[in-house]
Amino acid sequence: MKSMDNGGLVFDGGGLNVTEGAKRAAGALIGNLRAYESSRLSNVIEEAHHTAGDYTAVNAIMRARNVDVFYGDNHAIKSVNLDVGANEVISLIGPSGCGKSTFIRCLNRMNDTIESARVEGEIVLDGENIYSREADVVLLRARVGMVFQKPNPFPKSVYDNVAYGPRIHGLAPDRQALDQIVQSSLERAGLWAEVKDRLHYPGTGLSGGQQQRLCIARAIAVGPEVILMDEPCSALDPIATAHIEDLIDELKKNFAIVIVTHSMQQARRVSQRTAYFHLGRLIEVGATSQVFSEPRRKLTEDYITGRFG
Amino acid sequence: MPPYTALIILLALTVLGYWLGRRRPAAFGRKYHSLPGYYGSYVAIWCVFPALALYCLWQLVEPGFIRSQVLATLPAELLELPEAELGLIYNDIRNLVEGNIVSGAPGEEIIAAASRYTALQRMSNLGIALAVLVAGLASSGWALRRVKPTLRARNKVERTLRMLLMAASTVAIFTTIGIFLSVLFEAIQFFQLVSPLEFLFGLSWSPQTAIRPDQVGSSGAFGAVPLFTGTLLISGLALLVAVPVGLLSAIYLSEYANARIRAIAKPMLEVLAGIPTVVYGYFAALTVGPLLRQFGEAFGLGVSSESALGAGLVMGIMIIPFVSSLSDDVINAVPQDLRDGSLALGATQSETIRQVLIPAALPGIVGGILLAASRAIGETMIVVMAAGLAANLTANPLEAVTTVTVQMVTLLIGDQEFDSAKTLAAFALGLLLFVTTLALNVVALRVVRRYREQYE
Repeated sequence: MKSMDNGGLVFDGGGLNVTEGAKRAAGALIGNLRAYESSRLSNVIEEAHHTAGDYTAVNAIMRARNVDVFYGDNHAIKSVNLDVGANEVISLIGPSGCGKSTFIRCLNRMNDTIESARVEGEIVLDGENIYSREADVVLLRARVGMVFQKPNPFPKSVYDNVAYGPRIHGLAPDRQALDQIVQSSLERAGLWAEVKDRLHYPGTGLSGGQQQRLCIARAIAVGPEVILMDEPCSALDPIATAHIEDLIDELKKNFAIVIVTHSMQQARRVSQRTAYFHLGRLIEVGATSQVFSEPRRKLTEDYITGRFG
Repeated sequence: MPPYTALIILLALTVLGYWLGRRRPAAFGRKYHSLPGYYGSYVAIWCVFPALALYCLWQLVEPGFIRSQVLATLPAELLELPEAELGLIYNDIRNLVEGNIVSGAPGEEIIAAASRYTALQRMSNLGIALAVLVAGLASSGWALRRVKPTLRARNKVERTLRMLLMAASTVAIFTTIGIFLSVLFEAIQFFQLVSPLEFLFGLSWSPQTAIRPDQVGSSGAFGAVPLFTGTLLISGLALLVAVPVGLLSAIYLSEYANARIRAIAKPMLEVLAGIPTVVYGYFAALTVGPLLRQFGEAFGLGVSSESALGAGLVMGIMIIPFVSSLSDDVINAVPQDLRDGSLALGATQSETIRQVLIPAALPGIVGGILLAASRAIGETMIVVMAAGLAANLTANPLEAVTTVTVQMVTLLIGDQEFDSAKTLAAFALGLLLFVTTLALNVVALRVVRRYREQYE
């Protein structure tokens, strides 16, 4: 029996110990893979220390600088710089576990609800660091709204769902004003025509796509400047998804939108800028057309061409 | 041969039936519908149920049959006696057989009857053992013959299991009905002695019946109103303590406390429910009562040392875990999504709890409160020790009051004849309490259905 070390192939001479040969071959194969992986990784890490492309935006409304996030000992986000521009849709893409959802949750400090999470660096909204000691989380979340992966309407009526934010922030002085806010929010979320006759039925009785638009209306009702969307269409069928995508296009006239998505087609369709995350680092950011047609980094190219992820 | 021989035989037959049924498919070696174990169970089921039914039927019929046979041996003049005295004689016979104390020296005919009784008993035991053996063999033999590759034993066993589960779930229902009926019949007897109107609306409670006609205060008064106001007062006080404290501690534990505090505090709270109520009783009587009296004196208030307040407060502490533990569980069960949704709109934590979590968890919370309330209404020991026995009609928590359950106990302890209004009153009170708590539950369920906010 002889085994070729570099190729990992086994020639089995008759009567010799087969399993031993197979073991040695497997060992050699794993060794080769490890070497390949580590050389590739070190390249990647070196390459990724700075982000390719321009992470600033012309008309920035939020600026994240040197943001690191830790979950206990796990370093989930590694010194990310990124601007969110007014009236634009920026999509965050990348394989699962790359930190895009973690990053988006930093922008309205939803990570505060996770006990072990720690955020370093600064994120500036309107000249103020939202992580400074004086920052008011409650007001921040009113200015930076959020839509979640799974539609999560409250088990209240459609009306009360939308009126929830305005009520707790005291945005409507009287019933008429509140009615007005509810109607306009539902109109802007493209849901008014469908629910205007059932405002007082439970929001949980709507279809999945309607529920998600209800959640968008609920976020709009507070009058935010930025809307964060964490894979808003991943629980919806294609028709409801198309609905939401049209809506996003419409909403960018008034809001800055940050959307996390697993669908590259969606990123291409709805966003003006695209940011690619990998293993907690922001690898590349640029105009969506540029990122998808001529990516600057090998990793980005591998991902968008579907080689992994 | 003891009477349970039949059951032992049946058990052996069942095991044998299972074994034979299990082996049967292997003997053919063809493709069977179900796994061998199911054929075993199928045969075992057929072995056990018909024979068991026969056994139960026999046990029902046997005592009456033996009695009639034994009494038939007695001389005719004894049989002329009234039913009650005949019963006494029959008891004597049985006592003689079982070696208990017999009244007086047994006569000739009693001894003869006793030996007849023993013989009959022995015959009956032998008979049932044989009957069970035959029935078990016959039915399992029949079932064994039916075992074929096409027999769907798996589905049949499934159906038997479902019926078994159904039977188990009806046990509680029939017990409730049984309790209700037993209370109802006694209460009807009471209402033949005392008018229901007096009982329901009478304002004075003094359940004395005269032994001699010239006795003072022999009239007796059976107005239940003071008892119900007492129960209401004490339970109300208890809930006034338990609901806020329990709910707030549940909110703290589920929403604010970190895992370490929760792991310590929750079991400690639940310990409260495990303390015997007698211990709560003397805590209320020896510590809380006197404390309240001293406290009252400082403000110039006359607090009796046995007061509704003391009993209510301590009872409130006792039922805190019912409210807190259940509420904690249901608040925890509200999906994290809803919390996130509310927080992301800029609601504070307490706004989220008030407007999203509590409405969503309402049914469970009300369930916990109801459970606590029924504990409070049914509680006896604390009230006996700390609130006294005086049936005062008052809304003042500083006075001594008594409750329905306490009166039921005092009516039934000691030597009592069971046909006087005094003892029968206990059953009427029980019936009324039963109806009240039932009504309370129904109303609460209605309220919850109206206001709940159902998630998912």
